[in-house]
Amino acid sequence: MGVVATGAAVWPLADSMNPSAEVLALASTEVDLSPVAEGQRISVFWRGKPVFVDRRTAEQIKAAEEVPMDELPDPQLDEARVQKPEWLVLVGVCTHLGCIPLGQKTGEPRGEYGGWFCPCHGSHYDTSGRIRKGPAPLNLEVPPYSFVEDEVILIG
Amino acid sequence: MMNHPLVKWIDHRLPIITLMNKELNEYPTPRNLNYWWNFGSLAGIILVIMILTGIVLAMQYTPHKDYAFDSVERIMRDVNFGWMLRYIHANGASFFFIVVYIHIFRGLYYGSYKAPRELLWMIGVVILIVMMATAFMGYVLPWGQMSFWGATVITNLFSAVPVFGEAIVTWLWGGFSVDNATLNRFFALHYLLPFVLVAIVVLHLWALHRFGSNNPLGIDAKGPQDKIPFNPYYTIKDAFGLGVCLIFFAWFVFFAPNYLGHPDNYIPANPLSTPAHIVPEWYFLPFYAILRSIDNKLLGVVAMFASIFVLFILPWLDRSPVRSGKFRPIFKLFFWVLVLDCIVLGICGAKPAEGKWLYISRIGTFWYFLHFFVIIPLLGILERPRPLPASISEPVLKAPAE
Amino acid sequence: MKKLIVPAFAAALTLGLSLAPSQQAVAAEGVAVPQQKWSFDGPFGHYDKMELQRGFQVFREVCASCHGLKYIAFRDLAGLGYSPEEIKQMAEDYTITDGPGDDGEMFDRPGKASDRYPDPFPNDKAAAASNGGAIPPDLSLMAKARPDGANYLYALMTGYEDPPADFDLLEGLHYNAYFPGHQIAMPSPLFEDGVTYGDETPATVDQMAHDVTAFLMWAAEPKMEERKETGIKVLIFLVIFTVLLYAAKRRVWRDIH
Repeated sequence: MGVVATGAAVWPLADSMNPSAEVLALASTEVDLSPVAEGQRISVFWRGKPVFVDRRTAEQIKAAEEVPMDELPDPQLDEARVQKPEWLVLVGVCTHLGCIPLGQKTGEPRGEYGGWFCPCHGSHYDTSGRIRKGPAPLNLEVPPYSFVEDEVILIG
Repeated sequence: MMNHPLVKWIDHRLPIITLMNKELNEYPTPRNLNYWWNFGSLAGIILVIMILTGIVLAMQYTPHKDYAFDSVERIMRDVNFGWMLRYIHANGASFFFIVVYIHIFRGLYYGSYKAPRELLWMIGVVILIVMMATAFMGYVLPWGQMSFWGATVITNLFSAVPVFGEAIVTWLWGGFSVDNATLNRFFALHYLLPFVLVAIVVLHLWALHRFGSNNPLGIDAKGPQDKIPFNPYYTIKDAFGLGVCLIFFAWFVFFAPNYLGHPDNYIPANPLSTPAHIVPEWYFLPFYAILRSIDNKLLGVVAMFASIFVLFILPWLDRSPVRSGKFRPIFKLFFWVLVLDCIVLGICGAKPAEGKWLYISRIGTFWYFLHFFVIIPLLGILERPRPLPASISEPVLKAPAE
Repeated sequence: MKKLIVPAFAAALTLGLSLAPSQQAVAAEGVAVPQQKWSFDGPFGHYDKMELQRGFQVFREVCASCHGLKYIAFRDLAGLGYSPEEIKQMAEDYTITDGPGDDGEMFDRPGKASDRYPDPFPNDKAAAASNGGAIPPDLSLMAKARPDGANYLYALMTGYEDPPADFDLLEGLHYNAYFPGHQIAMPSPLFEDGVTYGDETPATVDQMAHDVTAFLMWAAEPKMEERKETGIKVLIFLVIFTVLLYAAKRRVWRDIH
């Protein structure tokens, strides 16, 4: 009884520190992709983090699909990371310690595998957003999203 | 004074005057303490300075992501003496760590962690950890680029926890990234923790006064001839040490107030632009180097925390019956290697984790743990200490030791 | 649900050049910045009021068309040696949007001494749109927000030159020897006689760069003189006090050693 009472008293205190209703309300974002040209990358804001949308070129898709699985620290097929091969959607937060990898803007370093490069601790990601080199343990996260129209996605 | 009727009336009901007289005035202290023993009281005084400046700064500061940076600039420009209070508080944090690190290394050298002072030492380690948490959260409050990204990197350490990592980090943030909720709670905790520190410091002193201070010879006092009353001897010595410390402190506050800071923290926080090199404040650099030296997230985090937690078990790792490094020739050598190792790790922590710096920090990390887990236990068994003097007053009376 | 318009975001996110990490990464490798002589160097450093006034003129006539100075209010200009009357007049030259008035509309009025220096653009998006995507940063704290701030700012303003033959300069950017990455969105701001100084100081590029840098240092740290003057007094006191404490310590401990 005492344990239940203490737990019931402590839980509201602890849970009050979890994301509040108005934070949760901003949990999804709709993005129109039609202005994005082939080879172009854009960033959108979702849950306080940037989401990278990359309209990949044929070579980039080919490069991503041809990587042997045993070369990957976190093996994952490219097709498992995209809904349409042309559109790569990623959470732009390095899986090491939460920095934003470079490679979105023209002229920024894209790392040794042509994807993204995290300047904080030197993680390199490939054209599928998979970790190839450096301290990050996992591939860049693919956020939950769906195509609501041909070129409009709903993230979250 | 003790004979004033009011004092007697109070003391009879609450013997606080007796207590203070016993613990601060008559308190018998080894007569041979050197200046390395000044740093404990210095740390206490800096804690008081930090609390006083912090309270008045909190009256001017706004813990909101849209106003925090501006409110700090308002303190710097418009509040009477605001620039001085903020620079004292910001540099005070650095001085707190300088003083406490010297205090810790003094304890390491003279074996102050050994029986019967194990608990005193462990409480000290708790103080260090609470201090680090307080300093980290304080650095977030100005909401500059380094504040924001430092907070992001450090809170993300907890995502290395298996299974619950993500949930813990979301809970710490109160959102899906470091944001207003995070800033607000960090301010609340930054205000709270210093008072928790005061309470732990009281425990630290309580444990200290149980057996009294260790001393440079590391041997127990044999009788009253080995000790002198704290007041006036150590009050005046501590006061002089404080004067010297304040001269250095004032130099930084008035002539190099931003030297220990980072220019990026004068750029308002921007969640969409990561600074090229995220570096923590200098006092975290050795730990940061340990974190980055291991190419595995979970292990890196574990190593970083282990580098502090190893201090908790140090009293049981070091089995040598001799306390003071003065009589342990090989231990003394390795002590200085450890000091050097920590400095090297600090330098590595400030450099990008790549190329030669990565290798150096790996060697440094390896050596750090080797020192505590292998060298210290082995020395306890293998080393032949030099003969100890018969009593504290003996070498003092005869000739200066060494 | 929040609907986002992608082009606007793309504009805001592309080319935040002054803060772009890739370029700071190069800065860390470091282009050594030449050291200049400043009146505010050292423990006895002070601001040269005439220099600050000239620097403010350069800021007003050159920088202020793109850069803000939001932490400086007109009243702060007293620090440059202007009288309250001069400040009042200077402030009145600016139009400040205030309100809403009784009719519920915003209205324009002449500036007052208590107003902050007005920003050239209503918001960051407008700033980016007018400047090819690069937001000109606010300059209030710039002299403290870069390593070796004052020398860096001077070097930057005087560091425009032709790019080396093999340098791949991006469209719309300018080569600068000291800007991290060497590609800066800001065109060379200063040119010979770009302003006419009231005190007849020749307005060379070096002179203007020096003056406006001193002004920006003041803007970033207006309490510096007060700080250093206080510091001298505090240090003198502490040194004497500490010497006395040392003497007292020796005396108290005389019988112990």
